[in-house]
Amino acid sequence: MIWRYDVITLLMLLVSGYFALRVKDAIGSVILLGAYSFLMCLLWVEMAAVDVAFTEAAVGAGVTTVFYIAMIFRTTRRTSD
Amino acid sequence: MKIYASIFCIILGGMLMAATGDFPDWGDAKSPANSHLSPYYLQNALHDAETPNVVTVVLGDYRGFDTMLETAVVLIAGLAVGIILRRDRDTDYIPEIEEPATKPGLVVQNTARLLLPPVLIFGLYVLAHGHHSPGGGFQAGVIFGAAFIFYSFAFGLTETENWFTERAQWLSIFLGVSLYGGIGLLCLALQRNFLDYGALAAIIPLGEPAVRSLAILGIEIGVALTVMGAMFSIYANLASSGYHEKAL
Repeated sequence: MIWRYDVITLLMLLVSGYFALRVKDAIGSVILLGAYSFLMCLLWVEMAAVDVAFTEAAVGAGVTTVFYIAMIFRTTRRTSD
Repeated sequence: MKIYASIFCIILGGMLMAATGDFPDWGDAKSPANSHLSPYYLQNALHDAETPNVVTVVLGDYRGFDTMLETAVVLIAGLAVGIILRRDRDTDYIPEIEEPATKPGLVVQNTARLLLPPVLIFGLYVLAHGHHSPGGGFQAGVIFGAAFIFYSFAFGLTETENWFTERAQWLSIFLGVSLYGGIGLLCLALQRNFLDYGALAAIIPLGEPAVRSLAILGIEIGVALTVMGAMFSIYANLASSGYHEKAL
C-alpha cells in the first residue's frame, strides 16, 4: 500500500460522492457516481483484489451508469427544442 | 428534521468509524480470516483443481453454493424488472411517455461496427481465461451484455431484438442457471455432494483435478449466459419503458 496514493484516491472518492449528491443535473450526478465507482476500482487494484476491481469496473462504472441514464431519460420529460 | 437526521448520521458514522479500529489490519497474517481458511485455499487450490487463479477456484468450487445463489439473484433481478416494467402496446398503452426515437449518427454506428468484434472477443477471452487471470463468468457476462447494449445504442433496440429476441434473452438467463444447477445435480446423481465436481471424473476420465477445472469452466459459462441475458433484458425494459419498441 502506498499511502500517498491512498490519500489522493480517498479524497477524490469523497469529493465525487459529495458532488454526486449535490449536483442539480441528474445526468451529471450519474457520471459522478461512475467516477466514484472507478475510483473504488482503483482502490481494489491497489489492494491486490484484481478480480473485484474487474467486476467493479464492469458493473459499477459501466453497466450501472447505462441503466441510470436509460432510467433518467425515461422518467424525465424532455423539451422539444 | 434535517438537523436531527444529520446528527443521527454523524453519530452513526462516528460509531462505525470507531468500530473499524477493531478490525484486523490490512494483510494481517494473524487475523482469523487469514489464519485458517486462506492458507488452505492458497496451498491446495492448484493441487485440487489445476487452476492457478485461486479466486476462481474459491468462487467456482469451494464456495460454489454462494456463486450459484448469486446467479439466482441476477435471475430474480431480471425477472423483477421484467415483471414491473414490461407492458404490452395493445392492452396498456400510455401515450404520455411516447417519444420519437432519435436516429443514431453515422459516427456512432461506425464506431460500433469497429469496436464490437474486439469487445466480444475480449468477453470470450475473459470467460475462457478466468482460470489463469482475473475475470470469469460474471465479468464476461457483463461485457457481452454491455456489447449488446452498445449495439442497441447505435442501431436501435428493435434492430438488436431482431436477433437477440426477448425469448432468446430469457432462454439465456434460465439456461445459465440450469447449466449451473445441472452440473451440481449431476454430481449428486453420481453419489457425491451437490456441486462436488470431483464426482464428474466418473464420466470424463481425466483425473479429479482436471475435471474440477473443467466443471468450473462449465459453471462460468452458465453464469456468463445468465448475466448477459439479464443485463440486456434489464436495459431493454428500462430504455423502452417496457414496450421494447422505441428505445432511447
